[in-house]
Amino acid sequence: MALIDVRHITKTYNSTAVPVHALRDVNVHFEKKEFTAIVGPSGSGKTTLLNILGGLDAPTSGEVLIGGQNITGMKESALVEFRLRHIGFVFQAYNLIPVLTAIENVEFIMLLQGVGKKERHERARALLADVGLADRLDSRPSQLSGGQQQRVAVARALASRPRFVLADEPTANLDSESTTSLLDMMEEMNAKYEMTFIFSTHDARVIERAHRVITLEDGRFQEDKQ
Amino acid sequence: MLVKLAWKNVWRNKKRTLIVAASVMFAVVLSILMRSAQLGSYAYMIDSATHLQTGYLQVQHRDYRENRSLEKSYVPPVGLKDTLTQMTGVSAVAPRLETFALVSHDSVTRAVGIQGIDPAAEDAMTRLSKWLVKGSFLEKGDSSLIMGAGLAKKLNVTVGDSVVLYGMGYHGQTAAAILNVRGLLELPLPQLNNSAVLMSLSRVQYIYMAPGRVTALVMMLDHPDEMARIKTELARHVPAPLTVIDWQEMMPELKQYIQIDNASGLIMLAILYMVIAFGVFGTVMMMTAEREREFGILNALGMKKTRLMAVSAVESVMVSFIGALAGLALGIPLARYYVEHPIRLSGDLAAAYETLGIEPVMSFSARPDMFGAQALVVFVIAVFCALYPLFFIRRMRASTAIRH
Ligand SMILES: Nc1ncnc2c1ncn2[C@@H]1O[C@H](COP(=O)(O)OP(=O)(O)OP(=O)(O)O)[C@@H](O)[C@H]1O
Ligand SMILES: [Mg+2]
Repeated sequence: MALIDVRHITKTYNSTAVPVHALRDVNVHFEKKEFTAIVGPSGSGKTTLLNILGGLDAPTSGEVLIGGQNITGMKESALVEFRLRHIGFVFQAYNLIPVLTAIENVEFIMLLQGVGKKERHERARALLADVGLADRLDSRPSQLSGGQQQRVAVARALASRPRFVLADEPTANLDSESTTSLLDMMEEMNAKYEMTFIFSTHDARVIERAHRVITLEDGRFQEDKQ
Repeated sequence: MLVKLAWKNVWRNKKRTLIVAASVMFAVVLSILMRSAQLGSYAYMIDSATHLQTGYLQVQHRDYRENRSLEKSYVPPVGLKDTLTQMTGVSAVAPRLETFALVSHDSVTRAVGIQGIDPAAEDAMTRLSKWLVKGSFLEKGDSSLIMGAGLAKKLNVTVGDSVVLYGMGYHGQTAAAILNVRGLLELPLPQLNNSAVLMSLSRVQYIYMAPGRVTALVMMLDHPDEMARIKTELARHVPAPLTVIDWQEMMPELKQYIQIDNASGLIMLAILYMVIAFGVFGTVMMMTAEREREFGILNALGMKKTRLMAVSAVESVMVSFIGALAGLALGIPLARYYVEHPIRLSGDLAAAYETLGIEPVMSFSARPDMFGAQALVVFVIAVFCALYPLFFIRRMRASTAIRH
């Protein structure tokens, strides 16, 4: 059984004057321990696909099965809970809660999950050490560089022990040095925790590092390279 | 942790907190000053009217108000005056014998109101002597009179002149006397200034053949707010046919004027509240829009909307509370200052006050219940407006919020 099974997904936005077909009959599987990039020109539907995989958006038709469980049509409150338990998120920028420190940001998600205080703290510490920020536990987001903030975001995504991590253009706001080191770190986590990463990108250097590359064009599934 | 997160949000976003709290603070200060000026002006009107005319409470014959004749005067029961004086909350008691007369000088005759007073007690109570513009004030047992300067002008008399007084005595006999004018009072109420004659109580009792009789025992109070309580308490000590009446019964026009003015004052206040509500609402709306992405990310990560709403509601209450407290901290001393330093009015407003018989000053009130009420009303309005993020969060879609 695939970790994620995307079946005949279409997404049409009707809010605009002319309906926008963001995704057209997309079929794809993701397996455990993947390190996959979703690429394609701007407007090709990368964000839309990630949002649907993450249960943030519902497809117009088709289904998404995660570990065999159909998440399409789940109620909003059930979806929030599902996201909290099973999916890690890293966004393009301004990921972190500005008023909390790095370690509090990582702990926050476990707090929502109901993890005990002591375990929360230990796991957050260990993860921040994993992402190379052992010495910045008490820094606030505004005191961290963009690359460091994204590291905290990755640590936070891992903290909830999700089944996979979705990252929409995690490096888009980073310089090339930070991009490389963030990818190094993500790859390390992928190996260490057997964690599935699915990320979208425009960046050729990032694409190079992916173990699998899925190309979208104009909302259509174009190409799948291992 | 939710409360902690809210508390941190409040403090780490100092600028945002400051803007909302400051708008709540100014709203509280404004509403306090507005209400303080309204209540202060009523208290001031009541204060000047009771001082100049009726006192707060009077013990009268129960028919006197209907039939203001000496027939309805009375001899105070032994000990009544002492009982009234000793009552807690009563600051002063003075007897009065009021009646009417025709007063003539040369060929001019005017109908006047005669007030027989205990000069020392009356002056202590009503500060009457401060209106004296010529001559001197009455003394105990004085056989002369003082009168309003307006009346003196009409009669064409001045200090040292004599006038002839005709009236109807206690049992219908003719009361007549020739009296010396000892002093003139420039009274601030035209109707008083043009018709008041004051004499010592014993002299009026003598001329009107009403020994020992008074028409009223007039009382001033330490705290006007306690009037209702004192009135009921007094009623128990006052034997029939005497009764206790208050200034509202004696001056129904003033009571009505205050009621009407208070109604329009409350409308003004309501308008102020609406302006406040729009101000706070607008600020909160802008700030919520700024935080859309933050809310979206939290929801995407798995924070339930209800929890998000709880955090932001707690934040709103905290900020509004801080603002309301700051408003009290600034508003109370400000109102107190204006209580001590009333604003002198000028121009049309001053003229309007003067025709009402009131000194043209804008007085303020520092009633504690008023501060509490204003702060509470504004706080509730602020919390209500600041709950806008709740609706915003309810409608929000995480996927769109994150794109912003
Ligand atoms: N809420 C929406 N309403 C209407 N149209 C939308 C909405 N969200 C996205 N779209 C449209 O859907 C299409 C796919 O958008 P999407 O954001 O998924 O592309 P993308 O590949 O992530 O692009 P980019 O590389 O610029 O991030 C675009 O044409 C976009 O304009
Ligand atoms: Mg995108």
